[in-house]
Amino acid sequence: MKPAPFAYARPSSLDDVFDLLGRTGEEAKLLAGGQSLVPTLAFRLSTPSLLIDLNRVPGLAGITADAGMVRIGAMTRHCEIEHSIEIAAKLPMVAQAMPQIGHPAIRTRGTIGGSLAFADPAAELPACAVALDAQIVIASRQGARRVRARNFFKGLYETDLGAGELITAVEFPAQPPGYRSRLAELARRHGDYALVGLAAHAKTEGDRLSDLRLAFFGVGSKPVLAVQAARELEGQHVSATALALAAEALDDDLDPPDDLNGSGRTKLHLARVLLSRTLTGMVEA
Amino acid sequence: MDATVEITLTVNGERISRRVEPRQHLADFLRVELELTGTHVGCEHGVCGACTIRVDGQIVRGCLMFAVQADGARVETIEGLTDSGEVADLQKSFVERNALQCGYCTPAMLITAAELLKRNPHATRAQIRDFLSGNYCRCTGYHAIVDAVETVARARTGRRDGAS
Repeated sequence: MKPAPFAYARPSSLDDVFDLLGRTGEEAKLLAGGQSLVPTLAFRLSTPSLLIDLNRVPGLAGITADAGMVRIGAMTRHCEIEHSIEIAAKLPMVAQAMPQIGHPAIRTRGTIGGSLAFADPAAELPACAVALDAQIVIASRQGARRVRARNFFKGLYETDLGAGELITAVEFPAQPPGYRSRLAELARRHGDYALVGLAAHAKTEGDRLSDLRLAFFGVGSKPVLAVQAARELEGQHVSATALALAAEALDDDLDPPDDLNGSGRTKLHLARVLLSRTLTGMVEA
Repeated sequence: MDATVEITLTVNGERISRRVEPRQHLADFLRVELELTGTHVGCEHGVCGACTIRVDGQIVRGCLMFAVQADGARVETIEGLTDSGEVADLQKSFVERNALQCGYCTPAMLITAAELLKRNPHATRAQIRDFLSGNYCRCTGYHAIVDAVETVARARTGRRDGAS
């Protein structure tokens, strides 16, 4: 369980990061919090020749909020987001996600940019970014660009990040008045990756839902927006009938693969249970 | 080419300089280079929690951080917390409640429990279980560990054992 040898660089500016990426290309890996990368190195699933440590690059961490938008720097640690009053008030879904990510000693190191770039299909933050229609801010030597989260995740551990690029921040629209959100998951043990998870965001009037975005995670190669289920529920009161129709529609939205934790059918069943439970909770006072 | 990197850090209050291989994780560095073997290595991929230490005042997995990253940092291990007496009441309580058998998970359990009681001195049993859920124990079934931490929480906040 020891990583293969690698060289180590600790740049002190983004320019230095771009230089290193330009010189080494695909041979290099960016090291953010390391809570997912280091295990892959330990298993030798990844054997980069160079680790570029982002932990001392200034300007990549912090939370700022203005005019309906919350910007979270890529190197912001989970524990800072977890304890942020700003996040609790403006991005309650992200606040709910935090205690479900790993354990306290993981959250002191893990970063939001690292989680998004790693793109684990069972991770909470990619699903939050998709459900909340966040923009991923990506920088390279050529400048900055923004990509909608739903277009950023391409497949299993695959993202839109190209050679020479890194995530510098994530921009979330603040939750508008009249909207509610929930982050729920089913896991064998607290802190484990979710068997099935749901990031749900909707406008609520009493028990009526509209403008829903339902992002499931742990059910495919990337976060999956359940478009048909959301359509079934649009403008509906949350009732046993409406939930049953939405649960049925999940057949069209999700096609979970079998994995070590169970069959695809089991996961689909769990997704239905989670959908019903989450939306029922969401409209309760 | 010498691939090692010079680092200087403070470990348990002592300033230390060494050359390290970039791939050496912090837990191995403490054990192998500094012979501080109270930090235990279980799974080496961030799951078992046995390597929990403090870096700049925050608990971290010692196997998920490279020693080279701790350059300039302040590291505390179970040896340091034992010498300072910070976890003395927890250690006493673990012994009294039989909260260890093989003892492999114990140093990290103590460090994690100390962090919990710092953040939340009035932690309930459910909160203790939740906070310690990233630290595996294969001997005790956890019950005695929760007992021990709860006993200290009550004692530190002046509540009598058994009262709530």
